[in-house]
Amino acid sequence: MTADDRFSQDFRESRGDQPFGTRSEVVTGPVSDWATDFSHIEPGWSADPYPIQDDLRRRCPVARTERFGGGWLPTRYEDVAAIAYDTERFSSRAIIMSNFRPPREMAPVGGSPPISSDPPFHHDARRLLLPAFTKAAVARQEPATRAFCHSLIDAFGERDVVDAAIEYAQHIPIRVIADMLGFPPEDGPRFREFVENTLEGVNQEAEERIERMQQLFDYLLAQIRDHVDHPRDDLTTFLINVELYGSKLEAEHVAGTMALLLIAGIDTTWSAIGASLWHLAKTPWDRERLVAEPALLPAALEEFLRAFAPVTMARLVKEDMNWHGADMKADDWILLSFPAANRDPAQFDRANEVVIDRQVNRHAAFGLGIHRCVGSHLARMELRVALEVWLERIPEFSLEDPAAVTWSAGQIRGPRALPLRIA
Amino acid sequence: MKVQINSERCQGHGRCYDLAPDLFGDDDEGYGMALGDGVVPPELEHDARLAASNCPERAIDVRQET
Repeated sequence: MTADDRFSQDFRESRGDQPFGTRSEVVTGPVSDWATDFSHIEPGWSADPYPIQDDLRRRCPVARTERFGGGWLPTRYEDVAAIAYDTERFSSRAIIMSNFRPPREMAPVGGSPPISSDPPFHHDARRLLLPAFTKAAVARQEPATRAFCHSLIDAFGERDVVDAAIEYAQHIPIRVIADMLGFPPEDGPRFREFVENTLEGVNQEAEERIERMQQLFDYLLAQIRDHVDHPRDDLTTFLINVELYGSKLEAEHVAGTMALLLIAGIDTTWSAIGASLWHLAKTPWDRERLVAEPALLPAALEEFLRAFAPVTMARLVKEDMNWHGADMKADDWILLSFPAANRDPAQFDRANEVVIDRQVNRHAAFGLGIHRCVGSHLARMELRVALEVWLERIPEFSLEDPAAVTWSAGQIRGPRALPLRIA
Repeated sequence: MKVQINSERCQGHGRCYDLAPDLFGDDDEGYGMALGDGVVPPELEHDARLAASNCPERAIDVRQET
């Protein structure tokens, strides 16, 4: 038996007495009207959600769907911000809109604290993570990240066409988070599966989804046990040892937070890097200007984050209420679209244009309020280094075939196939 | 000119200490703070306004001293 018996038994086996959540019917197929039947899973949304959001913002700023057991989609910045700030009436106990709602008893901790947590627990769980993700702390990952980006480009060899999503953007956050958690770098391909299962498989049958989540937690438990036996200087050992309210974290909290760090850090940053390269590949004047004026990069990055914000979150309505005219019921979903907020012309001048030297850019790509992305400094570092290295090594590139670019479906949006001509 | 961060609103996005590192720093948890007494030298007034206008939480107060 290991010295730490929190992890010697599978913590999932002791959960038999916990209440089950509720499941709703899986509804798929073409959307009849985005104002009354929206679905962020349907292909039209992932291909180009912005015209849909713009249309909704004008004619039905809080759209409705009966899919996923019922939900709402605000598209105005003001409404997205109001809901993000209102943790009294909107819960984070589920943040992926699907056909499964975890039981209310899961609040205020949720399955993957602190993203799934509500106040007051949220603050204390989040506080544990903050020191590891400050700007200074993540700067320590920068030299290794830069060297890794160079190695990815070296691996392109003499080819004229490469896939920047598959061969470049994807690998960077996988490597960085594996290093931070202390997972073997060769496990990277498995992380991609975990991410796809969690974020893109929301319309899979419940049993299939549960089975896939089990694989993630099996992996995490194996990593935790290895770290219990062989402690090292990484986030996994930190989470195993850290104390909250005078005791070490429960096994489910350790594994849930590790799942969060693994999943949330990967497709988000992968998407941001890919979307930025996609824009530059099809916009030669911006690309040439950034190559000529590297000092513009920090402003350009913020603009890419605004215009192509990869992350949409979800909330659950706590109690029946009328919210700004919408008749919301307890456990209705809110699809909290930071991308839609970021394109609201009431908040941003030239909201639908990419203005790489935009000076005033109060975008919400990393969320607003208490759930501001804990990895935002890490994501910004990775995005900056990825683009610096790419532009230095490959200043001239273009879309090989615009029709071959594909985008991920679901709440994290970014290019998943991005063939670029680099010579 | 003087800058101040409303710690009730600040969520640690870090735009202020990115854009105006001479005026703002961060604490051990990444929350922003005005350096020193928050008084802005004339040559940094542009930076102070830039930081304030890029704070997603509108947590930065820029006051023109009279």
